[in-house]
Amino acid sequence: MLSVISSVMRIVEIPMIALQRLLGINRLAWVFLLPNLILFGLFAFLPVILNVVYSMTGSDNVLLSDRPYIGASNFGTLLDCSDFLDPNSCREDKFWRAVWNTIWFVTLQVGIMVGFSLLTAVILNRDIRARGFFRSVFFFPVLLSPVVVALIWKWILQREGVLNAFLDWTGIGGFNWLVDAHWAFAWSVFISVWAHMGFYTLILLAGLQAIPRDVYEAAIMDRAGAWRTFRRITLPLLSPTMLVVLVLALIKGVQTFDEIYAFTGGGPGTATTFIIQYIYEKGFAGAPRLFGLAAAASLLVAGVLVVLTLAQLWANRRSVDG
Amino acid sequence: MRQKRFAMTALAGTMAAFVAAPSVAQEIRFMCYSDGNECEVYDDLLTRFEAEHEGVDVIVDVVPYQAILENLPVQLAAGTGPDLAKVTDLGGLNEYYLDLTPYIDTAYWDASFGDTLDWYRVGDRQGYYGLHTQLTITGPFVNATLFEQAGVDMPGPGATWEEWAEATRAVAEATEADFPMAIDRSGHRVAGPAISYGAQYFDDEGNGSFEGFMPFAEQFVEWNNDGTMARDVWASQGGATYADAAQEFINGEVVFYYSGSWQVGRMDEQVGDFFDWRVVGSPCGPAGPCSGMPGGAGVVGFEQTEHPEIVAEIIDFLAQEDVYAEATARTRNLPAHLGVASAGVEFEGASPAAQAALNAFASDLSNVSPIAFRYQGYAGNRAMFGITVERLSQAIVGELTVEEAMERAAEDLSAALAESN
Amino acid sequence: MADLTSSRRTGILGFLTATRGRERLHWTDWVSYGYLCLGIFLMFGPVVWLVLSSFKDRNELDRFPPRFLPYAQETIEVDGFDEPLLAFRVTEGDLAGELVGQTRRAAGRAEVVVPANPDERIRLTTDQLEPVEGIAFATENYTQLFERFNFLRFFWNSTFITVMATLLMLLVNSMAAFALSKYQFRGRNAVLLLVIGTLMIPQTVVLVPLFLIVTELGMFNSLWGVIIPGAATPTGVFLLRQYMITIPDEILDAARMDKASEWKIFWRIVVPLSAPAIAVLAILAIMWRWNDFLWPLIVLTRTENFTLQLALNSFQGELQTDWPSLLAMTVLTLLPIAAVFMFLQKYIATGIASTGGK
Repeated sequence: MLSVISSVMRIVEIPMIALQRLLGINRLAWVFLLPNLILFGLFAFLPVILNVVYSMTGSDNVLLSDRPYIGASNFGTLLDCSDFLDPNSCREDKFWRAVWNTIWFVTLQVGIMVGFSLLTAVILNRDIRARGFFRSVFFFPVLLSPVVVALIWKWILQREGVLNAFLDWTGIGGFNWLVDAHWAFAWSVFISVWAHMGFYTLILLAGLQAIPRDVYEAAIMDRAGAWRTFRRITLPLLSPTMLVVLVLALIKGVQTFDEIYAFTGGGPGTATTFIIQYIYEKGFAGAPRLFGLAAAASLLVAGVLVVLTLAQLWANRRSVDG
Repeated sequence: MRQKRFAMTALAGTMAAFVAAPSVAQEIRFMCYSDGNECEVYDDLLTRFEAEHEGVDVIVDVVPYQAILENLPVQLAAGTGPDLAKVTDLGGLNEYYLDLTPYIDTAYWDASFGDTLDWYRVGDRQGYYGLHTQLTITGPFVNATLFEQAGVDMPGPGATWEEWAEATRAVAEATEADFPMAIDRSGHRVAGPAISYGAQYFDDEGNGSFEGFMPFAEQFVEWNNDGTMARDVWASQGGATYADAAQEFINGEVVFYYSGSWQVGRMDEQVGDFFDWRVVGSPCGPAGPCSGMPGGAGVVGFEQTEHPEIVAEIIDFLAQEDVYAEATARTRNLPAHLGVASAGVEFEGASPAAQAALNAFASDLSNVSPIAFRYQGYAGNRAMFGITVERLSQAIVGELTVEEAMERAAEDLSAALAESN
Repeated sequence: MADLTSSRRTGILGFLTATRGRERLHWTDWVSYGYLCLGIFLMFGPVVWLVLSSFKDRNELDRFPPRFLPYAQETIEVDGFDEPLLAFRVTEGDLAGELVGQTRRAAGRAEVVVPANPDERIRLTTDQLEPVEGIAFATENYTQLFERFNFLRFFWNSTFITVMATLLMLLVNSMAAFALSKYQFRGRNAVLLLVIGTLMIPQTVVLVPLFLIVTELGMFNSLWGVIIPGAATPTGVFLLRQYMITIPDEILDAARMDKASEWKIFWRIVVPLSAPAIAVLAILAIMWRWNDFLWPLIVLTRTENFTLQLALNSFQGELQTDWPSLLAMTVLTLLPIAAVFMFLQKYIATGIASTGGK
């Protein structure tokens, strides 16, 4: 297998050398980018552009050619609020409930998850026994499909579930977790951290492995304290990876959907309804299928995400430069 | 000698099939989803059709229900749909249906399927489109053992929701049952009771409306909050997601569980000897009707198929009385075929309790209000089911008052009607 | 005293920096192991529960309160009865403590027989009977799967999609990441922003436009319709690019001095040095493609093209879900990918730290 790949690579090298002579080193970058750009163009950018077009059309038809142009009225519907802090005053009250839920959810979830992922990665990066086993343990939930994650935790948290059976046994007494809005929300945060933590731990672990060991040896020579070493050496050297983790965690946090949808369906009431569930129900699961409104909502969310991500990138650049 | 000749004929037949097959091979794709064994049974029945029609190969693709609900409409719009499918959004997909009129004996269909044919018709498309294979009706399952233990008399036929609520509360108090009543979290399930409480579901022009829904909404929210209804079912979920209370009923925690005929198989298998259960007719309400809600799924062909004639023949084959009766018996569904229904069905592998339950459901069909029939055939009913569930749940958990919830429901509906065409 | 402090420092430093070669367990080690054991309980416990549940029959799955191990009611063979009878223990009355088999039951009353005396039918009320239960693994949940459909076909489809999409994605993404991290060219930031920008639109939303594009390209109902769009994942480019930035430019310049072509630098130096990130991405890509559901669901409608996830979810009907089969299938689909993970995770530990760092 490997020898096949390396001989393929040797063949690819011939035209690449020719191109390198022709274009020069820096313009060769475009050649490296090209395959990715083609795939991206067709399967990532084009759908997004179509999405923009959808957002400006109405009716419940699927094909764009059957859909009337209605300008910005989908955006108008979504933003029709007399008080943005009070969903009840909005025309699309569910959209705004979902927005506020998502803001709270992401704030809590990203903070908790990145914190625990970093802690776990640092511990797993130590010279401990059975490292591979422990890594697998923390990564395992990532492998489960959202339906199964939701099912497992329903078994545990339902009125007569495992947790309540345990609490009854200890004498504390059970509680109907999923009927209470605040608890259902808290458990949603927990489950989403549980299901995705392994993903970020793995990325951070790879990042920690990339820090050259001699840097630490120098720190020991200088008798730098552990916390100081961590803050002055580990964190800065980890920052490109940390940036990936923060950006991805934020984006995926805002896009949280499957497992919570299968877990609470967004309930009780709308307590755990997040923005993608709103979009999904408007555009796909519900009737009539309002692709236009769903597309408009997704663009509003994407707009906010772009701003947040740019802020993160900018903050990162400043902290690296300064 | 005789044996040998038989072998020769068989060989010749096989040869012919092999030679003939490639020239006329027609592959028909049937997109199917299963709530039990439906797809397996159709696949089996259709091998008979294949034997009669040389060169036709009907392939049953068993997909998740989600694919039928969410992806099939998109595929049909893009022209990549299957040849036929089992669907539940009966009126909603009408524009894509193949009209079977030229290929079938319409008199037989009219006489056999009557009202259910209307469920597949919308506007000026009034042909013959769908074969209703899986007729369902909503109704209550009652835990008779709990009634016996509590020494409470079970309300008789014609009892109202109020009377059932009172009786089941008494039973729950006297026994270890946790909840007097439970209703599946579904807009379809509450439609029957809502009609009994006076919901009209249509305005004067025949458009969907929540006129008259208020009395039921108030009663339902109150029952959810005073412990009469199992609050978990509606309150621990959100959006328009479906949730049932079958697990609670099976565990003997619910005295009266309002679900539907499709649960019979599961009750039969899972309750087993744990307790005695019974199906009773849908209770009555202050507005008069003692109505359940009919429903179910049917098989339709699509206009985009390359073999409309064969597709129509397949559906017509499944519609024939003997085939239909066999399918009904094996899948343990209620028959929508009037001939099969009046002849009675011996459900395959059903215990006496299950047979009695299915018969009870079948006989309750005559009590179904005309509004319920019309509502089931209304193309906008999925939108209305969804709105009902979402807004009622919000009222139950206290995010909205009942008045606000109904106001929002009316707004949602008018927005939905404005967008669909 | 000074020695003590320094050893403690090394210890805590070790906790945060992975210094190897300590002789005895420091308290930070205890904390670490404690944390990891809690991790096993929290992260792995539910998975163990899942596996055990896949061996439960439908009744046991629906049972309140749930039990850890799968139980089922025992049956006994009694002379004169063709079928085994359900076993009960009598709780009160003359027969208290006896094991009996139930022959018939209706409306709160049951007819039972004592195995030793099969001819005498005894009538009892059902509250005098308690079912006898034993641990029983419902292996038929698994065997049924192989009888009911072409498991190997689905397995092959899933494997083919996963392997092809992962290879394609790794190659294309690492090339792009190399260009975006190691070259200065006009438009670099614009491309990077576009890449990150597409991350913002969730897949759920672009499903329909993407479906129309793929259909237009003639890839509907083809495995390639799942493979090729799946390879265009922005996460991979972003992740690899951020990792490649940390590779010192001096290494590349040294290679250029030796007249290595840019392709050779990419293939022989940058890719091996990025092994940990590539391993991470490989694990993620394999996992994404293997578990992918929504996209294959819309592109693949024919049984012969189905992946394991599609087959798994076809146990979900409108009103009923076949949980025992679904759980058994989940466990089966989990096994190969868990094995792949255990194999690949050790490559995360090889990288700059051990190869080119010094």
